[in-house]
Amino acid sequence: MSIVIEQLNYVYMSGGPYETKALSDINLTIGDGEFIGLIGHTGSGKSTLVQHLNGLLMPSSGRILVDGLDLADKATDRRAVRRRVGLVFQYPENQLFEETVEKDIAFGPKNLGLDENEIARRVKDAMRRVALDYDELHERSVFELSGGQMRRVAIAGVLAMEPQVLVLDEPCAGLDPRGREEILSLIRNLHKEAGTTIVMVSHSMDDVASLAERVIVMNHGEVVMDGAPRDVFSCGEELRGMGLDVPQAVMLAQKLREKGYDIPEGLYRTEEIMAEIMKIAGKEAQHA
Amino acid sequence: MQNKQDENRIIASSLTYTYPEAAKNAVDGVTMRVKKGEFLAILGHNGSGKSTLAKLFNALYVPSAGTVWVCGLDTRDDDLVFDIRQHAGMVFQNPDNQIVATVVEEDVAFGLENNGVEPKEIRVRIDEALKAVNMTKYAKKAPHMLSGGQKQRVAIAGVLAMKPDVIILDESTAMLDPSGRQEVMNTVHRLNKEEGISVVIITHYMAEAATADYVIVMDGGKIAMSGTPREVFTQVQRVRELGLDVPPMTDLAYMLRKNGVNVRADVLTVDEMVEEVCRLSSSN
Repeated sequence: MSIVIEQLNYVYMSGGPYETKALSDINLTIGDGEFIGLIGHTGSGKSTLVQHLNGLLMPSSGRILVDGLDLADKATDRRAVRRRVGLVFQYPENQLFEETVEKDIAFGPKNLGLDENEIARRVKDAMRRVALDYDELHERSVFELSGGQMRRVAIAGVLAMEPQVLVLDEPCAGLDPRGREEILSLIRNLHKEAGTTIVMVSHSMDDVASLAERVIVMNHGEVVMDGAPRDVFSCGEELRGMGLDVPQAVMLAQKLREKGYDIPEGLYRTEEIMAEIMKIAGKEAQHA
Repeated sequence: MQNKQDENRIIASSLTYTYPEAAKNAVDGVTMRVKKGEFLAILGHNGSGKSTLAKLFNALYVPSAGTVWVCGLDTRDDDLVFDIRQHAGMVFQNPDNQIVATVVEEDVAFGLENNGVEPKEIRVRIDEALKAVNMTKYAKKAPHMLSGGQKQRVAIAGVLAMKPDVIILDESTAMLDPSGRQEVMNTVHRLNKEEGISVVIITHYMAEAATADYVIVMDGGKIAMSGTPREVFTQVQRVRELGLDVPPMTDLAYMLRKNGVNVRADVLTVDEMVEEVCRLSSSN
């Protein structure tokens, strides 16, 4: 299932004194099974864009096709589209409201009108995917859980809708390193094992570098870069100019190159740069 | 404690705090200090007690046992609460939850007005505070039109206007993008260096902690590790056991050493790693 975005424009508060063009002429195709990292500074339009992917916002002009269905078309069942494209908001745990973990995760499937057995299956399956122990936690109040656990419950609630595309808006914001690693590894597994298409909005270049296969960079409501991580992260100057970082491994490679070391362009993972340093050290060790 | 007050801004002695009806102490017998002019980072996984500790530092919480002195003032004394908060100002995580006025400069004035500062003096202090955080040209703007980093700098200005000796930032950069985080960190580092204000940051970003003079790692309400960033982060295994990360370059140094490459273990920054690689290749 693919999502095609054609000539998308979006204007906030259209016609008023604070009219703001949030998105301008976006053209993108999100292919089946891709893992996309979406980056850009605050106000660049990332969150506005992802809210278009399942019809929460409708384009001011242009169109979005989800699996060939035009979201603006009255004949399109938008609820069916939302089932296929799951959206996890920033700080999703703020939306938890049910008495127990199980009820909260079951809320979506229940509204689909599924039968009890199917709902129970989905809840268990979703909890397994986010590494929450069903037996231990399903009857607990969501408000007794740790921050990382609450976030996983919220993600499980989206997964219980069994979406084919999962869009996550800053899924690790505000978590401690352990919580962050837990969320990242569950996203990695969803992509690897279930083949779910992932669009991850993130401020952490290191997280994007370690997971994404394709990086899209937004600035002032436009898509300014779109490519493989090694190509995007090799544009360190441009990224910094847009208020973004590059992964530290990229900075290190750049500075070593400036010192005259022969480090190939396009390295962005810590393991890659480590291999290069090993070569430098190894070669010298032979002389010694 | 008065004799030590000149050198220490905050002293905690066997400090303990228990939330109502909680089985365990959130902060459990912590003894520590924040020195004059020091930049201190407090780390720890969620639930380790670090935010509770911060809230004990400006009398938002009162100790269940033990004592906190802020510039010599005992936080258990109800009559001193406002003095204490003037000495130790706090900036919280969510920029939208701590701005109260509809105009930036009025927001900065809020604490001053409540403290009955003379209007003339208020004017001077607002101007100084906004200048110190580089927000002078936004003085008349509406806070909701600002970016997250700008809002946090307004919040810092509000604290600065009170002429504090210590600023405490409780995950104040957690909701910001990289440039917003950088703005806030640059601002507090400058205030620390130029004005000599002590800074306590509670953070999940190891790169921020790496810029501090001293690091404390909390676990189970107790101090699990403490030392300079180098001393703490070099213990990669221990830091990981405590649910934390090490800065990316320290991690790289750790992996290189595991692979028999003789770099220093206490590398914190990209520039230091570059130096190490240069040293490696020239020492032969």
